[in-house]
Amino acid sequence: MDKLFALFMTAFLINNIILTKFLGMCPFLGVSRQRSSAIGMGLAVIFVILGASIFTYVLYYSVLVPLELEYMDLITFILVIAAFVQFVELVLKKYSPALYKALGIYLPLITTNCVVLYVTLENITNKFDFLEMIVYSIAVPAGFALMLFIFSTIRERLDIATTPKPFRGNALALVLAAIMALAFSGLAGLV
Amino acid sequence: MKKFFTGLILDNPVFGLFLGICSTLAITINLNNALGMGISVILILIASNVIISAIRKITPDEIRIPVYIVVIATLVKAVELLIKAYAPAIDVALGVFIPLIVVNCIILGRAEAFASKNGILASAWDGFTMGLGYIIGLVAMSLIREILATGIVEMVNPFNDALIFSIRLVPAEFSISMFSQPVGAFLTFAVLAAGVAAVRDKVEAQTKKEAK
Repeated sequence: MDKLFALFMTAFLINNIILTKFLGMCPFLGVSRQRSSAIGMGLAVIFVILGASIFTYVLYYSVLVPLELEYMDLITFILVIAAFVQFVELVLKKYSPALYKALGIYLPLITTNCVVLYVTLENITNKFDFLEMIVYSIAVPAGFALMLFIFSTIRERLDIATTPKPFRGNALALVLAAIMALAFSGLAGLV
Repeated sequence: MKKFFTGLILDNPVFGLFLGICSTLAITINLNNALGMGISVILILIASNVIISAIRKITPDEIRIPVYIVVIATLVKAVELLIKAYAPAIDVALGVFIPLIVVNCIILGRAEAFASKNGILASAWDGFTMGLGYIIGLVAMSLIREILATGIVEMVNPFNDALIFSIRLVPAEFSISMFSQPVGAFLTFAVLAAGVAAVRDKVEAQTKKEAK
């Protein structure tokens, strides 16, 4: 249990995916302007990553390994992710229009979110067992969602502040990210 | 020719269009990593542009994105295996960021925006210029970060780990190790992006004046 908790905290806060691994920057800069869209994107990412991780993990160990096709991992994973996102979109549209309305527009964007591919690949390279894989696949996107939310609250205020013209928009968001990264580096060594 | 250079700097895929910035921030700790990444990406970009342009007439429109992704993933895997075999030092340094080239938005972006509509030669040229812009972005970032963080510029031959050159530009006492950390990556990128934006604003204001 201790090990799982340590794994969760490390992936969630200490090695935060955005601030230490720099992954998922495109959606991070794109949808962190408003609080509501940040929450929607965050939830959609957690859901898709958990689903895609379970899918690819089972596929890797029950199909690719017995057939000795491990080198096909990249091609199968990216196809599974693209298909899974499409599938989730269709199911949501049919059975839960309310949820689809909330998450729908973010789903197509997730296929190109590098965090999804990163987590599915890391599950394999770190040789996680099933439970560790589940914990890791929740912790990483949860860290992503947390950052997205914190940023959206800051950026809503920044929009009404006076800032130098060339810095407006993404450049200023990156300066903010630098300050956040500095704060989060204080957490290193916690676990 | 002038247009070519302004395109490289002002419409730089990294600083101007904010494409493929995940890898730009992550691997620009030193010049070697930046060049390794940049050369892998430009090779994959040219090859994927050529292949996608060649099959553009037989690709059904509805499933074009999955087709592009399969082409790109195959190329990336080939490059990954080549790097593992011939330049293991690069493989260790770049790690998971090599397979993540698949989701580098520059490659899929150019496939969709250019290669799917243009001929093979034009697509190859487009891949080359875009890739060159990406390499320039990476090298600029890595030079700034490496010089500020360690004071040394180094290049190592990736195939046999032999040192090509190593120059100390700043005395060790004045190096700021923060720049090899994530903080430095974000700061350097922000300043470079703002600089490109400032120059672009100036150029645009000038052309507007001339037009009047």
